[in-house]
Amino acid sequence: MGDLTTISSNLLYLAFILYLIATFVFAGTIRDKRTDSGDSKLGKVAITITIIGFLTQIGYFITRWIASSHAPVSNLFEFTTFFGMMLVFAFIIIYFIYRLNLLGVFTLPVALLIIAYASMFPREISPLIPSLKSHWLYIHVTTAATGEAILAVSFAAGLIYLIKKVDQTKRSKRTTWLEIVLFSIVSTLGFVVVSSIFSGLNYSAEFQFPVEGQEITAEYQLPALAGPNGGELLTGDAMQPWFEAPGWMQGENAARKFNTLLWSIVTGAVLYLLARLILRKRIAAAIQPLLRKTNADLVDEISYRAVAIGFPVFTLGALIFAMIWAQQAWDRFWGWDPKEVWALITWFFYAAFLHLRLSRGWHGEKSAWLAVGGFAIIMFNLIAVNLIIAGLHSYA
Amino acid sequence: MKKIICESCGHENPEGTVLCGACGKPIENNQHIDGNQSGKLLNMRYEGSARRSQTHNKSIIDKIWNFFSSVKVGVTLIVITLIASAVGTIFPQEMYIPPNVNPAQHYADQYGILGKIYYQLGFHNLYSSWWYMILIAMIGTSIIIASLDRVVPLYKALKMQKPKRHTSFLQRQRLFSKTESVSKEDMETVAAKLKSQRYKLTEEDGHILAEKGRFSRWGPYVNHIGLIVFLLGALLRFVPFLYIDDYVWVREGDTVVVPETDQQYYVKNEEFIIETYDEQDKRYQAAIKKQGGSVPSNYQTDAVIYKASNASVAGEDPELEVVKEGSIQVNKPIKFDGFALYQSSYQLDEFKTMTFKIHETEDEEEEALTSFTVDLTNPEYEYELDNGFRVVIDQYFPEYYLDDGSPASKSKYPRNPAFVFFVYPPNEDSPEVSFAGIGRNVDATGENDYKVGLQNFEVRDVTGLTVKKDYTLPFIALGGLIFMIGVIQGMYWQHRRVWIHPSESGVWLAAHTNKNWYGIKRDIEKAIDGTEVKMVQDQQELDE
Repeated sequence: MGDLTTISSNLLYLAFILYLIATFVFAGTIRDKRTDSGDSKLGKVAITITIIGFLTQIGYFITRWIASSHAPVSNLFEFTTFFGMMLVFAFIIIYFIYRLNLLGVFTLPVALLIIAYASMFPREISPLIPSLKSHWLYIHVTTAATGEAILAVSFAAGLIYLIKKVDQTKRSKRTTWLEIVLFSIVSTLGFVVVSSIFSGLNYSAEFQFPVEGQEITAEYQLPALAGPNGGELLTGDAMQPWFEAPGWMQGENAARKFNTLLWSIVTGAVLYLLARLILRKRIAAAIQPLLRKTNADLVDEISYRAVAIGFPVFTLGALIFAMIWAQQAWDRFWGWDPKEVWALITWFFYAAFLHLRLSRGWHGEKSAWLAVGGFAIIMFNLIAVNLIIAGLHSYA
Repeated sequence: MKKIICESCGHENPEGTVLCGACGKPIENNQHIDGNQSGKLLNMRYEGSARRSQTHNKSIIDKIWNFFSSVKVGVTLIVITLIASAVGTIFPQEMYIPPNVNPAQHYADQYGILGKIYYQLGFHNLYSSWWYMILIAMIGTSIIIASLDRVVPLYKALKMQKPKRHTSFLQRQRLFSKTESVSKEDMETVAAKLKSQRYKLTEEDGHILAEKGRFSRWGPYVNHIGLIVFLLGALLRFVPFLYIDDYVWVREGDTVVVPETDQQYYVKNEEFIIETYDEQDKRYQAAIKKQGGSVPSNYQTDAVIYKASNASVAGEDPELEVVKEGSIQVNKPIKFDGFALYQSSYQLDEFKTMTFKIHETEDEEEEALTSFTVDLTNPEYEYELDNGFRVVIDQYFPEYYLDDGSPASKSKYPRNPAFVFFVYPPNEDSPEVSFAGIGRNVDATGENDYKVGLQNFEVRDVTGLTVKKDYTLPFIALGGLIFMIGVIQGMYWQHRRVWIHPSESGVWLAAHTNKNWYGIKRDIEKAIDGTEVKMVQDQQELDE
C-alpha cells in the first residue's frame, strides 16, 4: 500500500508541474499578435498540457482512493486539492466554450495556489470517523466542490475584467480594492513560501499554555510572532514570541493559526512591496497593458456564464445533497452548523448576484466586483470556517 | 381597464404596456417605465409587458404589492438575511454549547464582553428568533408577489408575439444588421439553417421569427415555486403530528417504550458497540498516531423493536411482538412505521449494581460480616441482612458531587453513585450513619462500630437514540426537486429569437436572447454562412 501512496503523491506533484508549465504557455499567447482565441497553435499546446495535467491529477485521485479505501475528500488537504482539480476541470469546460487563452493565465495560477495551499495541511491518509462513513460523503463533497470550482472561474474572469477596465491613471477606491484582491492572492503565495521554508528546515517550537483551566502543549511549525496567551516556550533554541495572542482567541490551535495568518500577511506584504518596487506602479496597472486586445464583453459574459453553470451545481451539492446526508447522519437535514450557514450565505450571495444582473442590469464592472466577492465568501467558507469557527465540519 | 391600441398593427394592449405585445413598437408615453431612451437599445426585460406593479400605485394593496414585487427590495432582503446569518456564526449557537451550563454565564465566560452582548441581543438563538423568521417570511412573500407580477404578463406577451415586427423594435435590438440586397434563396437558406439548429420558425407575410428555448423563460418561476414549497414544508414542522423529535436512553439489556408512540413501540438494547481503527493498520498508522491514537470506526446499537400487541392496561405488562431486529449505526438509522431511531450518543460503563459489605471498623482485614447488592437504577430502600443487620438507604446520589460542601447529584443517571446508609447493627434501634461511594466511605460521626465498604460492582453501556418522525420530508424534497428543475431550466437553456425582416430588395436581421449572447451570435454565424446576409452587429459593444 505504501507504494501506491507514493505513486499517488508523485502524480499530484507531476500534475502541479504540468499546470505550472501550461500557465506559462498560456501566458505566451498574450504576446501572440494575431488573435486571442484558441485557434493559435500555442493555445492548443497550452490546453493540451492542461488536460494532461488534469488527467494526471485524476490519477492521483484514483490511486489515493485505492490506497485509503475511501474517496480522498475527507480532510482539508484532500478536499482542497480536489477543489483545485475541479477548478482546472471547470476551466477546461469553459475554455472549450469560449476559447479564451487569457482565462488560463488567470485560472491556472489560482488552481496552483489552491493545490499548494492544500499541501500545507497534514497529508497522511486518515481513517473515516463514523459520521463520515457514507456514500453521501463522495456525492455531497464532490458536487459541492465542483460547484464552487465553476463559481471560481467566474472570479478569474471577473478579475480579468477589472484589471482591464478599472481606470489606472489615477488612484481611486476601485484601484485600492483591486490591489487588495491581488495582495490577498500574493499573501496566499506568501503562506505557501513561508510554510515550505520552515517545514524544509524542520522548524518546531513547543508551547505550554492554559486552555479552559488545563495546561496543554501545542507545536508551532513557524517561528512564533504571536505566542499563545499565557504560554511558555518549551523548546530551547526556538525564537521567543514577539507578543502574545489576545485572550479571546480560544482553543488549543487558535494562537498557532493566528500566527500563521500573521506570517502570511507579512510575507505577502514583502512580496507585494518587492513587486511594487520593481514595477514602479500598481500591480493591476502593470498587468493592464497585457489585456489590451481582450474583449471585455466576452470576459463579462464568461464571468456570468460561469455563475449560471455553477449555481445549480453548487445548490445541488452544497445544499440539497448536504441536506440528504445530514438527515441520514445527524437526523436533521439542517442544523445551522457554521459550515451549513456559510453554504447558505454563499447561495444567498449568488442568488443576489443573479437577480441584480438579470433584473437590475448589473453588468460589466459591478458584476465583476460581485464575482470577486462571491469567491471571497467561498474561500472564507473553505478556509476560515474550518480553521476559525468550530463546528461539525472542522475535521482539520 | 383602459386599453392601448397599437398605432402600427392595431393590437389591443393593456394599460401600462411598454412595447406592443404583437409587433413590439414602443408605445409612446410609457417608455419611462422601463427606462427606454429614444435612439438607444430597448429594454427587453419581460418583453415590455404591462406589469401590475408598474401600473397601479393608489390603494394600500397596490403599495404593498409594489413593495414586494421590486427586485431591489428582494435583493435587499436577501442581503440582510445573509448578513444576519453570518452574525449567527461568530459564536456558537446555544444548541452547540455544552448542555447543563448556564448560557448567560457561558457566553460571558468564554467570549468576554462581546459574548455577553451577543447573548443579550439574543444572537445565541438567532435562527429561531422572531425577526429572522420574519425576514425569511418576507423573502417568501417577495418571491410569490414578484413572480406573479412578472410571469402573467410575460406569458401573455410571448403568446401574442408576431413574426412581423415594427422596424423601430428591430433596429433597437442589441444584435442587428441591415443587408441592402439579398436573393430570395439566401434568405431561405438562413431560415433553413436556423431550423436545422432546432429553431422553431413562424412566418407572416415573408417575415420570419426563429425561436428556441422559450421554456427556459419559465425557469425562474418554476424555481421560485420550488422555494415556496420548500418553505411551506419547513412550516409544516409546527404541525404536531407531522413532526416528532425526541430522545431516549436505553441501557444494555433494557427494553423501554419509544417516546411519542402512544406506548405502542418498545426498543431493546441488546448490546452497544464501539469499534476503533486498528492502530497497526498500515494505511492509517501515521494519521492515527498524529491524532493521539484511538480513532472510532463504528458506534452501533444492536436493537430489537417490539410492538405492544394488546392495548396497554394500567398495571399490566403489554405483550410484545418483535417487529424488527437489527443494528443502528451512525448513518444507518433503523426505521419502522414512519419512525426512525438514530444512533446519536452513548454512555460507557454506567453502573448497574453495587455490592457493599459491612465489616467492623477495627478489623484491618475488613472481613465481610454480611453484604448486600443495590440495583442502581431501581434501588430498594431497605435490606434485611444475615447476622441480624438491617440497612436503610437514607439518601441516594446517582451522580454524586459536592455542591458547596453538601452532597448532591448532577443527574438521575448512576454515573458516580454514592449513598447515605443507616446501618442498624443486630438488636439495635438507633442506626449508625455511613456515607459510601466510589473510593469513599466516610464515617460521619467517627464513632461507628461498623463500616460500609464497596465490595463489587457491575457496569453496562447506555445508548442514546434520537426518535424521529418527519412527514414534512416529502414536501421538503419536492421543493428541492422543483427548485433544481427550475434553476437548470432557466440557466442551462436560453430563450433565443432571430427576426428575419425582408425590406425592399434586402433583409434586416435582429436577434435577442435572455442570456448567453455569445451562443446566439454563433448560431447566426452558422446560419448566414455562405450567404449574402450580413452578420449582426453587437450594438451594445458599439455603444462603448
